[in-house]
Amino acid sequence: MREPYVSFLLYAVFVVANAALLIGVSHFAAPRRPTPSKLEPYESGMPPLGDAHERFSVKFYLVAMLFIVFDIETVFLIPWGAIYFSGDGAGGTGPGMGFLLAEMLVFLAILFVGYVYVWKRGAFDWD
Amino acid sequence: MTFFLVASIVKILVVFTVIMVGVALLTLAERRICAWIQDRLGPNRVGPEGLLQPAADGLKNLLKEETLPGQADRLLFVLAPALAFVPALLAIAVVPFGAPLPTPWGDVPLVVADLPVGFLYILAIGSLGVYGVVLAGWSSNNKYALLGGLRSSAQMISYEIALGMSTVAVLLLAGNVTLSDVVARQQQSLFTWNVFPLGLAYFIFTVAAFAETNRLPFDLPEAEAELIAGYHTEYSAMKFSMFYIAEYANMVTASALMATLFFGGWDIPFTHWDDAPPWTVAKTLATLGVFALKVCCFLFLYIWVRWTLPRFRYDQLMALGWKVMLPLALVYIALLATAIWVLHDRLGWTYDSRFALALCGLNVLLAIPLFFVLDRGHLIASSVAEGGA
Repeated sequence: MREPYVSFLLYAVFVVANAALLIGVSHFAAPRRPTPSKLEPYESGMPPLGDAHERFSVKFYLVAMLFIVFDIETVFLIPWGAIYFSGDGAGGTGPGMGFLLAEMLVFLAILFVGYVYVWKRGAFDWD
Repeated sequence: MTFFLVASIVKILVVFTVIMVGVALLTLAERRICAWIQDRLGPNRVGPEGLLQPAADGLKNLLKEETLPGQADRLLFVLAPALAFVPALLAIAVVPFGAPLPTPWGDVPLVVADLPVGFLYILAIGSLGVYGVVLAGWSSNNKYALLGGLRSSAQMISYEIALGMSTVAVLLLAGNVTLSDVVARQQQSLFTWNVFPLGLAYFIFTVAAFAETNRLPFDLPEAEAELIAGYHTEYSAMKFSMFYIAEYANMVTASALMATLFFGGWDIPFTHWDDAPPWTVAKTLATLGVFALKVCCFLFLYIWVRWTLPRFRYDQLMALGWKVMLPLALVYIALLATAIWVLHDRLGWTYDSRFALALCGLNVLLAIPLFFVLDRGHLIASSVAEGGA
């Protein structure tokens, strides 16, 4: 049962080692002759004005928060989906398909109310 | 145990090599196909038909001078290409690509790691890729790069919800997240390929996969007309190459997933010869070939779409993700679950071609009004009209 995880770890180590190798080799193989203009950020040839690390639109934070809410809904759907059809509610001893369906429809309905609310509040409008 | 370790290591080396060579050839294929679509020649000088062009590009990128902007955050700037590269190559690990290979010491399943967590692993690893892009944009200390990184983070997490929900539909039919079980479930007949009972889920998955891989029409993170090169503006030489490899490796993974989740994986249509033991080398080779063919079809689709559709505007992109794809996926799951309940619990059907075709009919019924509304951007245009225009 643990065997796939061993293969995965081997693969992960191999991939990370390759990434390190690529960065390392180019670090030593490539020439490096910096000049002041090479070190400037490239902003279409204009002299850069100010620093790039400034405040950015709060919209991005809003999207991130909405993502967490709806992604967790997806996580709740996954175990339900896994037992819904083929398991027949955990081998016939479970609550049964009709109950599982009703339960999930209630869940989706509540979720949908929240969805309509954020839409009406304008969270999805990108101005 | 020794045999298992040797088999794993051989599989890892082969899969990694195939993906890297595949990615190299894919960059060439993209340029040749784009040239073909635009009625010009494309790179055809290095080697026969330009086949050595990727090797020449790789060598050049290895030996070219690298710039490191003076104001950049050095550690993150160096780390970001690796953070994009590693998840892109890791994600393919759970995809089964052929029937088990018989050897004198036992059967070898043709998948790097058949994790019981299956495509949950892909969703998890796939979303890690956003770190590489965001950190590349932020650490460059370049305003265009920062904008590209921000755009990509918002875009990738927005479409990830639709992506996850469309796989819930697959889960409903397969009852299991392990990808080899998903493939086994589809082998009954051609009509139990999930694209028939779950056509709309496939549509949502494809759109979301295009957005997740930052490909046109969703390539806003590197929209060259607005942002120079987006998040990798400041990258050169090998580090730029790594972002490039990551993008194409993500395309390969997404194509392999489309084939596995919706087109029967390595199943050969119209025959049951390939489905069951005893496993032979011929079966392994045939299924490998079929799987490669399916993946290539989807890769061609990626390139074809890139040179066919114009880019979205950013507000249209977010509106499509949140106001169309998300409710569509939610309603679809509810309808699909109800349909399965009626067919299985009320009518007593078991899962076979008839069941799949009934669901396919439901999909067609839903698709007609959907595409009638989606067509010509009616729905997208009206959903952004309140603020814009």
